[in-house]
Amino acid sequence: MALAMKAQASSLVAGQRRVRSTSGRRAVVTQAALELKAPPYKLDALEPHMSKQTLEFHWGKHHRTYVDNMNKQIAGTPLEGKSLEEIVVASWNNGTPSPVFNNAAQVWNHTFFWESMKPNGGGAPTGALADAIARDFGSFDKFKDEFKQAGLTQFGSGWAWLNADKAGKLSISKSPNAVNPVVEGKTPILTIDVWEHAYYIDVQNRRADFIQTFLDKLVSWDAVAARYAAATK
Amino acid sequence: MAFSLPSLPYDYAALEPHVDATTMNIHHTKHHQTYVNNLNAALDKFPELKSVGIVDLNKAVNTDKIPADIKTVVRNNGGGHYNHSFFWKIMTNPSNTNGPMGDLKAAIEADFGSVDEMKTKFNAAAAGRFGSGWAWLGVDEAGKLHIESTPNQDNPLMSHLPDTKPLFPVLGLDVWEHAYYLKYQNRRPEYIAAFWNVVNWEQAAENFKAGKEHKVLLDGAPAPKM
Repeated sequence: MALAMKAQASSLVAGQRRVRSTSGRRAVVTQAALELKAPPYKLDALEPHMSKQTLEFHWGKHHRTYVDNMNKQIAGTPLEGKSLEEIVVASWNNGTPSPVFNNAAQVWNHTFFWESMKPNGGGAPTGALADAIARDFGSFDKFKDEFKQAGLTQFGSGWAWLNADKAGKLSISKSPNAVNPVVEGKTPILTIDVWEHAYYIDVQNRRADFIQTFLDKLVSWDAVAARYAAATK
Repeated sequence: MAFSLPSLPYDYAALEPHVDATTMNIHHTKHHQTYVNNLNAALDKFPELKSVGIVDLNKAVNTDKIPADIKTVVRNNGGGHYNHSFFWKIMTNPSNTNGPMGDLKAAIEADFGSVDEMKTKFNAAAAGRFGSGWAWLGVDEAGKLHIESTPNQDNPLMSHLPDTKPLFPVLGLDVWEHAYYLKYQNRRPEYIAAFWNVVNWEQAAENFKAGKEHKVLLDGAPAPKM
């Protein structure tokens, strides 16, 4: 769940952000805007399952616009300089979200989505996560069916999620528009974007095909397992 | 009698270059058809509702006239069927469009200051609808024009929804991404601007006249091919 900042580490000091650059030298940066984080693969790396053209628009335009708009909205406000998670939770405002929320949550959601996929992904999980899936859904196939149903039945724009609680119990949820399980007090470990912009270039109205391809060919079970381990630590 | 997909009043390519033919084809034969199919499947369980008519069905959303079992399906797919049936008729090929005239023009000028100011407000409502939804120009019970946007497949007929201002629709614009993504991708404002090139102002005038009489024209019946 790394944040959209290029530096390795940062800490907030009295309105400034002290950033340790990758060269090891410290620099003081005042109120740097949050940056668009690149996916952990090139934009054509998910072909043929998700086209380069889709990534160019989805990451290069949609995700970038959420970042730009969020930065504009928080400039000069107390949210400026906060971490992305802090901005998401604060702007959610316990269920009466401010205008910042749609942008901030979508920034978070999309980074989480890119990092849920990898080239030559798909296949099946192993180890503790596989055991938990079998235990909590009956089988991996049943998990896939339920996850697919969640994505299909999220009417309009939104997301489907696999979540884990501290005890390792798994659950599937869906959310509209920018809402995510983080603001619902849950810990997601996998997501799929079912806004039409996520799949319309590649499969048009066929959302079911998109979700199936995602499950069969794109999911990074390594990433999901790492998140599962972190959630249950 | 089951609901059916109305024919378009024009060919799929008629709205080019503003709305592309492929989008019109998929929008009509896939998205709209699916709403019709889902609505009919839901009403199979309560066949007495099949004769209510699509307008009255939409007006009954969020009332106990619609069984709890199917309330969401009817809202989403009954809304989708009305909205798209309305939408096809409110557009026409670009050479047929002029601008609002007569009573509608006068009302727009009275209620917004000018046609341009109305368009500015409409464009903002359409661009500002986060996620999926529609933008509407409609007339209220007192005969005044308003602009609003609704989420997903809700519409101003659904007067019993708490967040919906009840209006008799005059103009509507689909801003679900499926309505524009193949041609415009993320550039929704460009699609919204292009929409004004294909507005069927004659139909809008008829909608306005009916709305002032508290009537809603569309009944989901097939439209004649021009």
